[in-house]
Amino acid sequence: MTELKLPTLRDEEWRYADAGALERFAPASFDQWRDIEVVAGETMCECLVLDGSEPELRRLRIKVGERARAELFVVNAGADYTRCEVVVHLMQGAHFQFGGVTIGGGEATREFVTRLAHAHPDATSEQTIRAVHWGRATGNFLGRIEVARHAQKTDAAQDFKGLILERGASTNAKPELEIFADDVKCAHGAAIGQMDEQARYYMAARGIPPETAKKLLVRAFIADAFVALPDEAEQERLMNAALAALGDTL
Amino acid sequence: MLAIDNLHAEIDGKPILQGLTLNVNAGEIHAIMGPNGAGKSTLAYVLGGRPGYEVTAGSVSFNGQDLLALEPHERAAAGLFLGFQYPVEIPGVSNLQFLREALNAQRKARGEEPLSGAEFLKLAREKAGLLKLDMDMLKRNVNVGFSGGEKKRAEMVQMGILDPAFSVLDETDSGLDIDALRIVGEGINAIMRQPEKAVLLITHYQRLLDYVRPDHVHILARGRIVTSGGPDLALTLEREGYEAVAA
Repeated sequence: MTELKLPTLRDEEWRYADAGALERFAPASFDQWRDIEVVAGETMCECLVLDGSEPELRRLRIKVGERARAELFVVNAGADYTRCEVVVHLMQGAHFQFGGVTIGGGEATREFVTRLAHAHPDATSEQTIRAVHWGRATGNFLGRIEVARHAQKTDAAQDFKGLILERGASTNAKPELEIFADDVKCAHGAAIGQMDEQARYYMAARGIPPETAKKLLVRAFIADAFVALPDEAEQERLMNAALAALGDTL
Repeated sequence: MLAIDNLHAEIDGKPILQGLTLNVNAGEIHAIMGPNGAGKSTLAYVLGGRPGYEVTAGSVSFNGQDLLALEPHERAAAGLFLGFQYPVEIPGVSNLQFLREALNAQRKARGEEPLSGAEFLKLAREKAGLLKLDMDMLKRNVNVGFSGGEKKRAEMVQMGILDPAFSVLDETDSGLDIDALRIVGEGINAIMRQPEKAVLLITHYQRLLDYVRPDHVHILARGRIVTSGGPDLALTLEREGYEAVAA
């Protein structure tokens, strides 16, 4: 058995991680992956709420078979360092759908790290990530997409938006595209902003109290991440989990 | 109903309103006209409590309450409606959701029961019909993708649903074509022309006043009211211009 190399902030995929929290994990946890295989033509959909009080590493490796579909929706609202890492291998004609929200205040770092291998032709992927933070919290998205030389007609999209509710909070976005095929579409976007004060005042002018206005605006902001989730009850559950993190801190 | 006394207000340290005094009684419609930069929109925003507009002197009493002591959402619950010159777009929030939240927040603040979904929809349908706005528009996100005229009609639907005692309408006529102007004018009359209500209409032009006939017309210049009169004052103004009338 080879010795496990522990990650440090010098590693590209860990550069925005919480170094102090990394030291608190058992070394073995850096080698723990949950492997999922979606067989050809099948669809899997999973919704996760990560809202524990301890540091957490949630690492998934998903192999999406030919013409299969993997859908993953995650609310990352842990009270401490919480990292959700997803490695996806897409076979021909496969699709990967990801919706992720990091939300929270305090001091914690919450992050999504995705690495998609478009290894075969005709596969598609769509990732929508929203980050909402306050206090001294940090939300990260590191999204790597690798398109192999023969993976023609790949259509990969990733979209990140961060909403900073208070000075002191931060978000980091790191789209990383490595494309060796020539007939592909890879769209990516990253934007970070503040609450729309005009919208807040407009709501107030109609009688909506500030805390309700904030909740409505945050809800609208993160809704994009769950819009591709067909099960409306699950959509509502994730939304409520995310908004619960918002609590009455505002 | 509304008593503004010697109001001074500034933005970023720059004085805009400089001793404005105005009384509006229930059952009255007042029009405020004036050249660009006179302080018309500032007056609207000060009444609406918009952040960044600082009152440095004077008072505003609304039904005996100190209006300036209330937060913007409390002013709305107290019965004040501000019609925006530039209605704000809110992506991701539908008009119906927005208005139901607003109405029920106001009702809650007044100690009234919230309207159920069905009751609210009935009310929304009725008011949208009054302003000839398609119900489908209300299912869309607040003002997103609305034309200038649609935004203004949507504002009046909001006013109809929220049913305020007092409306400050800031250039509600701007951006309207002739038909929309008539519809909006008739909407204002239907919703606000009542003995227990009052309106402050801020406008540049006479044309809205052809539909919503004011009881009093005031000319605002250099941050205060320089001339007041009856409906004829607007016509004089239209004919002779601000320079002659407000000098």
